[in-house]
Amino acid sequence: MTTVPFRMPSLGADMEEGKLVEWMIEPGQHVAHGDIVAVVETVKGAVEIEVFEDAEVKRLLVALGETVEVGTPIAELDVEGAPEPEAAPAAERPAPAAERPAPAPAAPPAAAPTAAAPAAAARVSPAARAAARERGVDLSAVTGSGPGGAIVLGDVEAAVAEARPEVSPLEALRQAIGQSMARSKREIPHYYLAHHIDVTPATEWLAATNEGREPDRRLLLGALFVKAVAVAARANPNLNGHYEGAFKPSEAVHVGVAVALRGGGLTAPAIHDADTLDLDETMARMRDLIGRARAGRLRASEMADPTITVTSLGDRGVEAMTAVIMPPQVAIVAFGTPLVRPFVHDGAVVPRTVVSVTLSADHRVSDGRLGSRFLSAVEASLAKPEEL
Amino acid sequence: MTRDEAMAVLAEEYGAIAPDVDFAEVDPKGDVREAFEIDSMDFLNLVTALSKRLGIAIPEADYPELTTLDDAATYLAAKG
Repeated sequence: MTTVPFRMPSLGADMEEGKLVEWMIEPGQHVAHGDIVAVVETVKGAVEIEVFEDAEVKRLLVALGETVEVGTPIAELDVEGAPEPEAAPAAERPAPAAERPAPAPAAPPAAAPTAAAPAAAARVSPAARAAARERGVDLSAVTGSGPGGAIVLGDVEAAVAEARPEVSPLEALRQAIGQSMARSKREIPHYYLAHHIDVTPATEWLAATNEGREPDRRLLLGALFVKAVAVAARANPNLNGHYEGAFKPSEAVHVGVAVALRGGGLTAPAIHDADTLDLDETMARMRDLIGRARAGRLRASEMADPTITVTSLGDRGVEAMTAVIMPPQVAIVAFGTPLVRPFVHDGAVVPRTVVSVTLSADHRVSDGRLGSRFLSAVEASLAKPEEL
Repeated sequence: MTRDEAMAVLAEEYGAIAPDVDFAEVDPKGDVREAFEIDSMDFLNLVTALSKRLGIAIPEADYPELTTLDDAATYLAAKG
């Protein structure tokens, strides 16, 4: 039996810390892979944290109401046959920030311009330096609390907190979105491809399918969009995965679905293995996911796992949208509102329901040719909805 | 079911989906999707809830009858 730390997970590039609001476990309790062990409040609402191994809970390290950075050990688990932990021995407090894994947002490429360059001579942890660059903190004005006066991540966070006034949850959410999107636009060389797709076959098939169904079994066009993107992502792996120093294509297709939150802001949790689901399953997952996103009961894996994202303006928006990639993903697909347009069909201009689809993709990983093939695959799927 | 009873049901069901909107302040002749800021999934959930609660069929073809609160109350009263 080996004691291993259970850490505050990163639930997306825009998460730096989480507040422990509920423990679902207690010392001595056995937990199994997939069990929900805690609820953490983030700027995007409460998130259920899962454990990914069978273990016995040894100790809880973080009290309710305490806010800790991503990567901080929040509990200790006794695991059968696990390797020795790299962190501090179980009896010690959590490792200082400088020794913790850097949170996801704090990893710009080494060649990026360094706003914190004047303080380069001071002892500064890599995570603190990255965070300072990310958030525009002048390190020469920060007092270090680490060994020998070194500036650690917590010092930068404290400087940021001191500098900013109290903000409302919505303002905090908007700031988090802003930071994440700014990082995306700064680091990811986006390219964009747009296409108009005749979705008349899909809408007609949908109407016929839904006609005899009770409301709770009806499908929405959005479910077809998600499945069509999942199928296209499966066929084009360079648009499906994560870029963290280098691109790692994902063997699974976990489609993030952008969900508008009441009161403002959005989140994009994953529908896992979306390429393997039929449309009824896809719709059921979307319904569940959207409901829990708005109720603030998403799970950590749903926040962290998307390998490609779909965002849609629904049936009441405008014609087209161009989206910003959500790091560390490398592609996002934006659907405008389906509109009845004059369209050439079978050699004649006739009214057809047309949707604008825009792919935003990462030029470090793919180019327009592959992106074009991807959108063509989406179009082909939507032309034959009965096969999705 | 009377129109008033139907309106009371609508108030409860919209309250569950859009608790931040004051039902009494919503224009009964305005577009409910705009007033309650709901999307197609919310609307489907509303139709599901109304159908189950009142035991009535609400086919997709009838969705335009639910565009405003006034229209919806009339529709539900006629169905119930």
